[in-house]
Amino acid sequence: MLAFILRRLGQAAIVMMAVALLAFVMFRFVGDPVNQMVGIETSLEEREALRERLGLNDPPVEQFLRFVWNAANFNFGISYQFKAPVSELLASRLPATLELSIISALLALVVGVPMGVYAGLRRDAWLSRIFLTVSLMGVALPTFLIGILLIYVFSVLLGWLPSFGRGQTVDLGFWTTGLLTISGWKSLILPVTTLALFQLTLIMRLVRAEMMEVLRTDFIKFARARGLQTRAINFGHALKNALVPVITITGLQLGSVIAFAIITETVFQWPGMGLLFLQAVQNVDIPIMSAYLLLIAFLFVAINLAVDLLYFAVDPRLRITRAAGH
Amino acid sequence: MTDTVPPNVPTGTKSWWQRAAESDVLYSFRRSWLAQVSAVVTFVFVFMAVFAPWIAPFDPYDLSQVSLLDSLLPPVWAEGGDPRFLLGTDDQGRDILSTIMYGARISIFVGLASVLFAGILGVSLGLLSGYLGGAVDAVIMRLADIQLTFPAILIALLIDGIATAVIGGKGDAFTAYAVLTLSIGLSFWVQYARTVRGSTLVEKNKEYVQAARIIGRHPLSIMIRHVLPNVMGPVLVIATINLALAIILEATLSFLGVGVPVTEPSLGTLIRIGYDFLFSGEWWITFFPGLALAILALAVNLLGDWLRDALNPKLR
Amino acid sequence: MAKPSLLSVQDLVVQFPTRRGTLTAVDRVSFELAEGEILGVVGESGAGKSLTGSAIIGLLEPPGRIAEGAVYLEGQRIDQLRGEALRRLRGAKIGMIFQDPLTSLNPLLTIGQQLTETIRTHRPMSQSKARERALELLYEVGIPAPERRIDHYPHQLSGGMRQRIVISLALAAEPRLVIADEPTTALDVSIQAQITALLQRLCREHGTAVILITHDMGVIAETAERVAVMYAGRVVEIGPVHDVVKQAQHPYTKGLMGAIPKVGEAMDRLTQIRGSMPRLTAIPPGCAFNPRCDQAFARCRERPRPNLMPAGPNRAACWLYAEEHEEAAADG
Repeated sequence: MLAFILRRLGQAAIVMMAVALLAFVMFRFVGDPVNQMVGIETSLEEREALRERLGLNDPPVEQFLRFVWNAANFNFGISYQFKAPVSELLASRLPATLELSIISALLALVVGVPMGVYAGLRRDAWLSRIFLTVSLMGVALPTFLIGILLIYVFSVLLGWLPSFGRGQTVDLGFWTTGLLTISGWKSLILPVTTLALFQLTLIMRLVRAEMMEVLRTDFIKFARARGLQTRAINFGHALKNALVPVITITGLQLGSVIAFAIITETVFQWPGMGLLFLQAVQNVDIPIMSAYLLLIAFLFVAINLAVDLLYFAVDPRLRITRAAGH
Repeated sequence: MTDTVPPNVPTGTKSWWQRAAESDVLYSFRRSWLAQVSAVVTFVFVFMAVFAPWIAPFDPYDLSQVSLLDSLLPPVWAEGGDPRFLLGTDDQGRDILSTIMYGARISIFVGLASVLFAGILGVSLGLLSGYLGGAVDAVIMRLADIQLTFPAILIALLIDGIATAVIGGKGDAFTAYAVLTLSIGLSFWVQYARTVRGSTLVEKNKEYVQAARIIGRHPLSIMIRHVLPNVMGPVLVIATINLALAIILEATLSFLGVGVPVTEPSLGTLIRIGYDFLFSGEWWITFFPGLALAILALAVNLLGDWLRDALNPKLR
Repeated sequence: MAKPSLLSVQDLVVQFPTRRGTLTAVDRVSFELAEGEILGVVGESGAGKSLTGSAIIGLLEPPGRIAEGAVYLEGQRIDQLRGEALRRLRGAKIGMIFQDPLTSLNPLLTIGQQLTETIRTHRPMSQSKARERALELLYEVGIPAPERRIDHYPHQLSGGMRQRIVISLALAAEPRLVIADEPTTALDVSIQAQITALLQRLCREHGTAVILITHDMGVIAETAERVAVMYAGRVVEIGPVHDVVKQAQHPYTKGLMGAIPKVGEAMDRLTQIRGSMPRLTAIPPGCAFNPRCDQAFARCRERPRPNLMPAGPNRAACWLYAEEHEEAAADG
């Protein structure tokens, strides 16, 4: 198992390096960093001096290593748009995105798994059909459309919930949270629902498919042949086996949730990293783009690694090697 | 002792047409009203997209046809509506129905182009990867794995951003479309590649490939002839589901402002434009393009789902 | 019949509705099984053996269903039971084991957990008592060092050991009847003999009847007391094992036995039955075997499939023995 961990760590390092290379190339060679940073009046000599000072004339490998070193120290350069350090910008927006993402992921799990189990066990019940129809909406409709619809119904027509912003937030030092105020929670409801919906449908479909698959296996048939109680079979055997792939796939989904947050943050003007990234793309703010890329890549790789380890912990077939016997 | 023919061997062969007519796929189609409805809806949209210039009541991008005096008119059945503009007008005075038709046209074309691009790229890479094996295979599959960890929208945004920076601005309409098709297509090639690679590996190990080498014919060309028919079914399913995803992705990118050029708005752009007016009561500017997008995405999605179930031997 | 029947299957019909029409996979199968008797059911793949077994225990997969006929266990009708009544029957009265021991066991639970769960389902007792009983069962089926193995997962054991555990699970609640569906097919030849011997011994010791379903005539010859030969969904011959093997009456059975090489006899070539068993969608009219039969005559094509009738020491479903049957009946 140690070999497995080391191998995965190695793979993770390779991916990070590849992404770092891409981020570096973007950062350094796309557009001219110096021209982005200075005004029009700056003279050529001053630009040249700046170039020298920033080390832009050094050999590329040296620049790359310096880039990686900076990144490891959370130094991502200065934003073209805001003229502020990118790391500060990201740090200030991180809590908003994380709160949104994590709460929506939890919501999707808590609602999606039971729905999927029910739909898998009672395939022909009318409730199952409703669930499936809802899941279709979640998959087929774009996230932004769902957000707009929710805003229209709950904000414009009914006026119950706010349509933008985080509401009142509480500053806890390095973290700002909207979870401690009522207006914070009210502002969370619509964006969280929007973001959770497509995850929910995916989880529900997955759980349903896995349940149906497991219920067809030989060991379930044998369990029935032994006269085990239906509840014991459905939950003790079928569900347990069905959830194993679900856990891992859901973990991997967490990464894409953070990416889909971009859309949700745009619709709801939620001050998170995603909105920051989008503005950076629109305004060609390379430092933010490359920093976001690195950060996301790191998150994804970390999540993937955690999911692999989780899989190990859950499935005994991977954990314990085969002992001799006959 | 002469052998009598056992009773269970089919005598004669049926023509392709007969086989298709009796096939499970067509049977499944006839039985599923949902598949039929989706097919009809998709067809209507495609028809609308192709013939928009001829069947739309107005050309919304011809400035001579657009007048600010007509702006912000509600749909015809609401108070203040104008029978010329069935679904109302936007802030510039453009007919919503026409903008939907032209917008759908763009959405569908970009979607199809991306899927085509992704498909060709994916199938080719899959063939190469499976046939050549070794380092080429390892590199391509690694790339695929890395790409799969990132959601399509991120990849599309990134490529769009880099392209914009490199070109230095949005460039002309054609470049914008090219970049958009490229970014969407590059997000989706992996599934094709994997499927085709699997089929290729299976074929590569068969004896006729070695036989071809001995004869002197290039095994790759023969293998392609055998791999492609086997792989067409799954590729078609992937393509249909991909089309729905591509349409949604393009709409999302356009909504975010990084998709099609503003001068030729797709359904996503229209929704974005109308979004601001949602709060001041002019709901129709967002609603109808939104509805059109939802119906189109749903129909293509359902079609893809049905096709996947119909072609899945395990579910028969 | 000397001993009272434990199991009585009467004119069992299993059908599958498909879009091409209704397929009859089991076509009026009847047999009796006495207490503690081992009955072999032999036939080619697709003859309907497994479906008969699944139908008896009520585990037919939809859309398959019992269309006609009845199954009686200890005098009580069981084929119409549903829900809780059916569940109580399984494990406690009828057990079933399947072909592949690896897929028969839940990979996420230890052997001990699966055993104690089964034991406690049928006999309420504490967890520790159940574990003791589980250890006894493991010992009985010949698992070495059961205290160690009981906490292992299925994938940690070999195929032979897994099948022993499957047997112990099926016998945990002491059923009167065990249906063994190809229990040795997935095992190494060297292990097969051990498993069949184990099955035989256990059933003798507990007085459990066995329906041994297999396509392997050798296993039947070693283990069973009576054998039923199935062809295209119907029993075509049934009788004591020795008699069916040495004095096969039905032409199909004769062909089967002739195809087995006999040790010590010089043979030029093995008997082969030309053609192959028809698919369910294309069963010929009349006796299903008639196109392949050397001794077929007009009645075989024209009359519906014959039922079992006395034929020498056995009973066979063949018109060849109908004259004798009628003569015997005419004599009184």
